[in-house]
Amino acid sequence: MKLVVNEREVEVSPQAGMPLLWVLRDLLGLTGTKYGCGISQCGACTVHLDGQPVRSCVTPVESVGTRKVTTIEGLSADGTHPVQRAWAEVDVVQCGYCQSGQIMAAAALLARTASPTDADIDEAMTGNICRCGAYQRIREAVHRAAALRASR
Amino acid sequence: MSSLSRRSFLKSSALSSASLIIAFHVPRRAEALLSGPKRPLPAPNAFLRIGPDSSVTVQLAHSEMGQGIWTTLPMLLAEELECDWSSIRVETAPAAPAYFHTGFGMQMTGGSSTTSSEFDRYRTVGAMAREMLVRAAAQRWKADVKQLRVEKGFVLKGEERLSFGALAEAAQALTPPTAVALKPSSQWKLIGKPMRRLDTPEKVTGRAQFGSDIQFPGLRTAVVARAPVFGATVKSFDATRARAVPGVEAVVQVPSGVAVVASNFWAARLGRDALDVQWDLGPGQDVDTGQILASFQALAAKPGAVALKKGDCDAVLTKSMRRLVAEYHVPYLSHSAMEPLNCTVRLEKDRCDIWVGTQMQTQDQATAAKLTGLSPDKVAIHTTFLGGGFGRRANPVSDFVSEAVSVAKASGVPVKVQWTREDDTQGGYYRPIFLHRVEVGVDAKGGPLAWKHTVVGQSLLAGTPFEAMMKDGIDESSVEGVSDSPYLHAVGAKLVTLHSPRTPVPVLWWRSVGNTHTAFAMESMLDELAHAAGSDPLAYRVQMLKGQPRHLAVLQLAAEKAGWDKPPPSGTARGLAMHASFGSIVAQVAEVSVDEEKRIRVRRVVCAVDCGLAVNPLSLEAQIQGSIAFGLGPTLHSAITLKQGRVQESNFADYVVLRLDEMPKVEVHVVPSKAKMGGIGEPATAPINAAVANAVFALTGQRLRSLPLKLA
Repeated sequence: MKLVVNEREVEVSPQAGMPLLWVLRDLLGLTGTKYGCGISQCGACTVHLDGQPVRSCVTPVESVGTRKVTTIEGLSADGTHPVQRAWAEVDVVQCGYCQSGQIMAAAALLARTASPTDADIDEAMTGNICRCGAYQRIREAVHRAAALRASR
Repeated sequence: MSSLSRRSFLKSSALSSASLIIAFHVPRRAEALLSGPKRPLPAPNAFLRIGPDSSVTVQLAHSEMGQGIWTTLPMLLAEELECDWSSIRVETAPAAPAYFHTGFGMQMTGGSSTTSSEFDRYRTVGAMAREMLVRAAAQRWKADVKQLRVEKGFVLKGEERLSFGALAEAAQALTPPTAVALKPSSQWKLIGKPMRRLDTPEKVTGRAQFGSDIQFPGLRTAVVARAPVFGATVKSFDATRARAVPGVEAVVQVPSGVAVVASNFWAARLGRDALDVQWDLGPGQDVDTGQILASFQALAAKPGAVALKKGDCDAVLTKSMRRLVAEYHVPYLSHSAMEPLNCTVRLEKDRCDIWVGTQMQTQDQATAAKLTGLSPDKVAIHTTFLGGGFGRRANPVSDFVSEAVSVAKASGVPVKVQWTREDDTQGGYYRPIFLHRVEVGVDAKGGPLAWKHTVVGQSLLAGTPFEAMMKDGIDESSVEGVSDSPYLHAVGAKLVTLHSPRTPVPVLWWRSVGNTHTAFAMESMLDELAHAAGSDPLAYRVQMLKGQPRHLAVLQLAAEKAGWDKPPPSGTARGLAMHASFGSIVAQVAEVSVDEEKRIRVRRVVCAVDCGLAVNPLSLEAQIQGSIAFGLGPTLHSAITLKQGRVQESNFADYVVLRLDEMPKVEVHVVPSKAKMGGIGEPATAPINAAVANAVFALTGQRLRSLPLKLA
């Protein structure tokens, strides 16, 4: 089976029904995308398919087709995506385990809503759990990323 | 972002020239000089390494689980070393006696103690290294050390300068000092300043390695079918269908259940689904949380083991004008760290390597040594980043480590045991159910004359290797926050007693430990007393804290910043709570509203804290915000319940934690303080339950005495 992951074509042989998450992690070694719940409840596994955020833990790999997969490793070449820069400026991360998913969700939000309100952020990010409770800075950093994007 | 590329450059250059890096260490012979009646200075080689490129690699004796010590401990060392902050790199130390906690005699991270316990050690290491670099420069220049100064990674003599990297080798040959003077606080450049985290670049790019990210050729993944009720054992199992799942390579029995070993996680999980295991259920099948609570209520009618006694409490109660009695209770809680538990083990004939996010390295090392028959020094613990700890990764009986060692032993292959979210939620080691019965006798003005407080709940220590820490049947972690409450200092007659019934449910410390329930009981009761006395909740507490100026100052700061003397926004009410734990004092004012569906919404939390010196205010603020979010889950939603021994909750759909849309605006105010340094990772979790419950009472008139708070 062929997949396009982070702009590279890769060949994988997953067993039937394997979620994209485990193809990324166990077959391709892309461990930046995290397992948190396995049932689309926590958002730690968020990746983009053609720019749309999806929960890779419940996305059967067969359903990906020709859509382009972007993971945290492919969000930017050097960690300089506006969301990543904002996350650093605002000092968002704590344990960091949920942050790949948070960042992918925030990047997708900003791609469709350049200047999100708090309500937009609630809607887009409430599916992403952070047990360290970095929510206040996540919210602040999404606003900051929007500003960074606008000034690009 | 320049720092990202810089750090990746440093990483790769360190790897490519590893053999050229000169370790800046203390020769063995020097250690003899350090011995004597005084406690020896730490060996700097164990804590830092200066490369020829002047990079300073700091070895962390503690685990980074989000609390920010990856940055704070290097701040302490760099403060004295006077290196360039951008030259700092960080590594986790191996498990070894050199890295024992300075207070606890083992290598561990917990009790909100890392920064306070390392404040002297990491500064001393930095000062020792600086002193040796200066001496090396003095020898090079044939100058007096008094002519030299140190700035940002260089030793300077007038216009001349030598980098730390250029001096490292010469400094290494010198005898380390036996005593060093540390800078006075007036000269600090880093301590007390808001410093951004050093682990951000890895954590925003997916490069940070957590335990579950460990991969190497030949590594297999295992998923374990564990007992459906606590204490059950395997009677028999049929693995025929499991072995038929593509990718499954072995099915082995271990003490905790049956492990399916496969080429990847998904195959292992499918294999486990296909397993047929018969269990001997044992007494665990009868556990019911409703029955536990009822039995605790019955126990609370009689006093337990005495934790605090002054005066004749019963006699004063009988004579009191009025008596108030209330019962408060809290449920089992799962830690539910974002990273489900996991542990990777490679067992060879004469050594064992373990990759794990753990808070208790040497305990895990000793457990693995016992299981493998190896000596502890043949068991290497590689501590990864922890995807959250909250106490769950600090298990005195090393459950998730010993199980992985057993799977590696039984299967004969290197293996990562990965827990599913359901395994993690249902795997026990919960914050125990606690019940408090509080009876207070008051005078004509409503002030307390007698305080009789009976606590019922399972001990965290009993039956563990730490049981010896209990004194006279009292597990301090069950009564902390009551027996030492500043509110009780001036109460004439008091009796705090404890019942510690055992249940088949394994329990463990959970962020802020006993304070999670003692703060709820104490601060709820104080609010009830204030209401009964017709007093303002703040004024009543102020009266009780006479003679406790530190606590009073924190309480009053929170109230002032919250605008306690002004009416709250329309549709909201405020509640107050103050609690001291881990050497720090935290007061919180919560503003809440209730929507049409009777859902409690916490809008704003104003938090004041006195933790002594705040080493990194940026990190402190994050810890307080996070602690409040962590506490609000159980305030509003979370509970683990058991019926017929089965844990009813399994994942984030039914074990509900706080999400972003429920996060209040948290405002943090730090009291400038010269008090002894306390902790900051946990204390702000404790009072939030009561602050919200008290606000709900102010808004609705409903006094909710159990968690999670549910309006009638």
